[in-house]
Amino acid sequence: MSAAAGPGYSKSEIMIAASARRLAGAANCFVGVGLPNIVCNLAQRTVAPELQLVYESGVFGARPERLPLSIGDPTLATGATAITSMFELFAFYLQAGLIDVAFLGGAQIDRFGNLNTTVIGDYASPTVRLPGSGGACEIAIHAKRILVIMRQAQRSFVDRIDFCTSPGHSGDPSRDAARGWHGSGPTDVVTDLGTYVFDEASGEMTLATLHPGVTLEQVRAGMGWEPAVAASLGETPPPTPEELRTIREELDPGGAYTK
Amino acid sequence: MTGSKVTTMHDAVRELVHDGDTVAIEGFTHLICFAAGHEIIRQRRRDLTLARMTPDVVYDQMIGAGVAGKLIFSWMGNPGVGNLHAVRRRIERADPEPLEIEEYSHFGMVCRYMAGASNLPFFPLRSYYESDIPVVNPKIVPMTSPYDDGDQVFVVPPLKPDVTIVHAQRADAGGDTQIWGLLGCQKEAAFAAHRVIVVVEEVVEESVIRRDPNRTVIPGVVVDAVVEAPFGCHPSFAQGYYDRDNAFYLEWDRIAKDPDTLEAWLREWVYGTADHAEYVQKMGAARWDGLKPGPALSGEVDYGRYA
Repeated sequence: MSAAAGPGYSKSEIMIAASARRLAGAANCFVGVGLPNIVCNLAQRTVAPELQLVYESGVFGARPERLPLSIGDPTLATGATAITSMFELFAFYLQAGLIDVAFLGGAQIDRFGNLNTTVIGDYASPTVRLPGSGGACEIAIHAKRILVIMRQAQRSFVDRIDFCTSPGHSGDPSRDAARGWHGSGPTDVVTDLGTYVFDEASGEMTLATLHPGVTLEQVRAGMGWEPAVAASLGETPPPTPEELRTIREELDPGGAYTK
Repeated sequence: MTGSKVTTMHDAVRELVHDGDTVAIEGFTHLICFAAGHEIIRQRRRDLTLARMTPDVVYDQMIGAGVAGKLIFSWMGNPGVGNLHAVRRRIERADPEPLEIEEYSHFGMVCRYMAGASNLPFFPLRSYYESDIPVVNPKIVPMTSPYDDGDQVFVVPPLKPDVTIVHAQRADAGGDTQIWGLLGCQKEAAFAAHRVIVVVEEVVEESVIRRDPNRTVIPGVVVDAVVEAPFGCHPSFAQGYYDRDNAFYLEWDRIAKDPDTLEAWLREWVYGTADHAEYVQKMGAARWDGLKPGPALSGEVDYGRYA
């Protein structure tokens, strides 16, 4: 893409950069494949050099030498800090509260960050059968913070999700505070149009920044409800040249996830 | 080590896997025993209940071939690629027949195997709060702690497969089995099962196992049969032996989309081969050379000699 024709970075690249900055200070992160994997690797090279990558396949402290193509890629095992049984990973690490941040996404999300990765339509006779929970349900409950990365569309940002696989906020923050879970639920949503936080008083997803060049109308067109907008709506800082260089030369030279 | 349990895949499946059985072929991305799945297809088993945390391509092949009536799982998909088309056809359109499902989260499935392996009536976990998963699966039950009225957990029932099939890097002839790399639920699923088939890249001398007992994941005492089947995980991988064949996982997406191409693939690669050795030979040496990793040795520890 030439400089004259656009901003000089792709939608994926601004999503990656914006997400990576949200890992500043995190000690460890539950990683998925695709964008979250690149996000974590970028954060390790920028804002969170001590970040330990944790995979539900039973790897703590992975040091992948290539871009993993699944969460069970052999490159995650070689050179890791620890490989655990899956029971230990879920019980001792996740359920006991050791995980700082996790990435989740889904086919559908509602305004309170509840996620559906199970079915579109009726459970017993679904229009689309999706993969299901995997570890997402317990990750949503136990990771201290949840970051959501999803592309925006009316069919995915919906007023009512068809199935709640992974719980988010209930819409009543005082009730959520009394849950007694380690997790505070989703704290940030990063999309191809902007970034969102969850309002402390209402628990509702609230537009915090628009990516450069994106309008509020575009955001409304990509949502199934009228979005709450922060009083101090800002602009997402674009990826820095160094962030772009790291993504393009080191993390995803083939452009598999970032074009 | 007790007596030799080494046999062929044909005989192990013939003797230990029966129509109507609950069968678990575990392995989390790593060490998924496709060779056993193929032999079950070849022997045309029917009405199996297939259990597995992550039904992936091996169960798409088996379910596409019609061996199963039910699936117990926590995540279904072609990892890193997309969908399982044969499984989805049966769930979404009952095409060519319905498939019953029983669904958990990963932690729930792990705990089911833990309960089965530990002879417990259920296993508690902190998950499923405010999720619809227990709504559609009544076997996931909320329970209040007997020690604290304010503390609620969910419990899941034991999963005790009739047969668990585990792939591993190596075992001795008595079934003492060693695994390194991702462990998945191989150990829990083996201890939970009534019968266990261990399939390995190499059958080794008992002395090899005894030199490094910390690496033994499954002892021969719970193993009924040992089968040597090099490349038996393909297109899954065996850490240190061969890489995941990602090209095949991508290829499967195209093959499974159309029931006719799926059937043609089964005819050529499963029904049309006598056993896994023939499948390996048919794939060709170049394919295997391309999957060979470089070395990364673990170093050694000194257990000490206390005579």
